Amino acid sequence: MDIKQNIKTLIVEKPLKLDCGQTINNFPLAYETYGSLNHEKDNAILVFHALTGDQFVTGINPVTKKDGWWSYAVGSGKSIDTDKYFVICANVIGGCMGSFGPSHENPKTKKIYGTDFPVITINDMVNAQINLLDFFGIKKLFSIVGGSMGGMQVLQFISNYPDKTKTAIPIACTSSHSAQNIAFNELGRQAITADHNWSDGDYNLKNIVPDKGLAVARMAAHITYLSKKGLQEKFGRKLQERDDLKFGFDADFQIESYLRYQGSVFVDRFDANSYLYITRAMDYFDLVKQFNGNLSNAFKDTKAKFFIISFTSDWLYPTQENKEIVIALNAVGANVGFVEIESDKGHDSFLLNIPDFLKALKNFLDKSYAEKLS
Amino acid sequence: MKPEYKIISDLIEKNAKVLDVGCDDGTLMEFLKTNKNVNIRGIEISKEKVQTCIAKGLTVIEGNAEFDLKQFPNDSFEYVVLGQTLQAFINPEIVIKELLRVGNKAIVTIPNFGHWKVRLNLLFKGTMPITNSLPHDWYNTPNIHMCTIKDFVRFSKIIDFKIFKSLALINENVSDINNLNLIFKNLFGELGIFLIEK
Repeated sequence: MDIKQNIKTLIVEKPLKLDCGQTINNFPLAYETYGSLNHEKDNAILVFHALTGDQFVTGINPVTKKDGWWSYAVGSGKSIDTDKYFVICANVIGGCMGSFGPSHENPKTKKIYGTDFPVITINDMVNAQINLLDFFGIKKLFSIVGGSMGGMQVLQFISNYPDKTKTAIPIACTSSHSAQNIAFNELGRQAITADHNWSDGDYNLKNIVPDKGLAVARMAAHITYLSKKGLQEKFGRKLQERDDLKFGFDADFQIESYLRYQGSVFVDRFDANSYLYITRAMDYFDLVKQFNGNLSNAFKDTKAKFFIISFTSDWLYPTQENKEIVIALNAVGANVGFVEIESDKGHDSFLLNIPDFLKALKNFLDKSYAEKLS
Repeated sequence: MKPEYKIISDLIEKNAKVLDVGCDDGTLMEFLKTNKNVNIRGIEISKEKVQTCIAKGLTVIEGNAEFDLKQFPNDSFEYVVLGQTLQAFINPEIVIKELLRVGNKAIVTIPNFGHWKVRLNLLFKGTMPITNSLPHDWYNTPNIHMCTIKDFVRFSKIIDFKIFKSLALINENVSDINNLNLIFKNLFGELGIFLIEK
C-alpha cells in the first residue's frame, strides 16, 4: 500500500527540542485540511486527534478507505462546518500516518527507529503542530478542538500559546493522567511487548508484525471506551451465530467476537511501536505538575473562550476530571462554559452520533464565530 | 420575560461583571447583555437549559449553585443575581454567604409567601397554598424553604448582611420597601427584590 501519495506533509525545518532532551529537525508532519481558509484567515480550526486517530478527520480516509474518525462532527453543514471553517488536523509525532514516528528510518543508522525513537510527550506533539500556523500564515486560530488525547493537546496548546486561539474546546479529557489511565495503557503495552513478534521493537526489520499483542491492547482499551450499560444493552449475553454454548474457547458470546473483530481491524491500520509511544505520551501528561500543582496557572495568560464537554457514562475521563479544568479556569476568571452530555455510550460518545453533543458543539462554535472575538 | 428583569437591570451598573445563578434559559442574561453591556456568566442545573443558553451564545456552566459556587474566587463578580430560587436550596444561609463571597453585591428575588392570597388560601382552604408563582403541591414542590419579605429582612439581621435596596413588585409596579410600610408590602408584594452587600 503506497500511502505516501495521499498524504500531505510539512517538513518542519526548525529544530524542536523534545521534553526528553533530544532535538529533532527536518522532520515530517503529515496533515490534512478541509474547507477553505478565508481572506482574513480568521476561520481556521485546529483539530487534535486521539490515541488511535489520524489527520483524516472526515470523508473517506484514503488509506483505510473507511469514514474519517470524526465524520459525525466535521463536514459540510455539520458541527464543525467545513463550508464555514478551515479545518486542519495533523498526525501527531510518534504516530503512524506519515508524521515522524518509530516506523521511520533513522538517518544516522539507516535503520528503522523502533524503540530508538525518542520518547515524545503531549507537549512535543503540540509544539510540532504549531508550525502549521506559520505554514498557512495564520496569526490566530478561531478554535482548537479535541477529545480524549485530543483534549489534552487542546489544554497543552493553550498553556504554551495562550494568544494563538480565540476559542478552545477540550472534550472528555483530563489535565493529568490518573493511575487507572496509566494502568490500562500499561496493560496494552505489556500485551504488545509480550508478543514474540515484537522482537524488542525491531519487527519491521524481520517483516513481521506483533499483531496478536497489538490486537489484545486494542481489545483491552476498547472496553474502557464503552460503558457497562452500553455493553449490556448492545451485547448482553447474546451468543455469536450459535444456539448454545460450545464448551470451548471460541467466541461463544457476541461481545467476544466483537472485541476480536475490533482487534483484528486495528492491527491493519496501526503500528505497534506507535501505540507504545503515544500511550506513553498520554501517561506522562500532567499539566497540574507542569504548573507546580496549580492548574490555573496553565491558563492565566489566555483570553480565549473555553467550552468544556464531558459525558455522563465516561468512566475513563469522568465528568469530575473535566470539571477540575472548569474550576481551574474559573479560578483565574477565564471565560468558560461547561456541559455534561447525557449518553450511555461511554468515553466513545465524543466520536458518535450523540445529537445533544453535536448540537452543543455547533452552537458554541457558530455563536462564538458570529461574536467576532478578538 | 419576567417583569422583574427590568428592575434587576436597573440595579446593575453598565459594563459590570455579573454572575446569574440559576440562569434558566438565559433570558435575563441576554437582557442584561443588551441593556447594560455586562460581562455575564451563568450557572444552571438543567442540562436542557444549559443547551438553550449555549444556543444563544451565552457562557454558562452546568452546575448546582449550592455546591459549585465554591469554585469561584472571592470577589470574582461585581454582581451576583439569584432569581426566585433561594427557597429551593437545602441551606439558604450558605448560599447567601457564598453569593456575597463571590460577588461584591448580590441581587436576590424571592416569591413572597406573606402575600394575602397565600395567607387566605391557607386560612380558608386549610391546604398548602397554590398560586400562580407557587404552582406546586406540597409533596412535589422544589420550594422547601419558603419565606416572606419580612422573613428575608429579619434574615439579614440574623446572618448579618446589609440590605442596600429593597423593592416590592405589586401588579407589575415596583415600589420601595421601608420600615414603615413593611407590613403593607409584606401583604401585597408578590415578589421581593433585594440588593444586598456583606
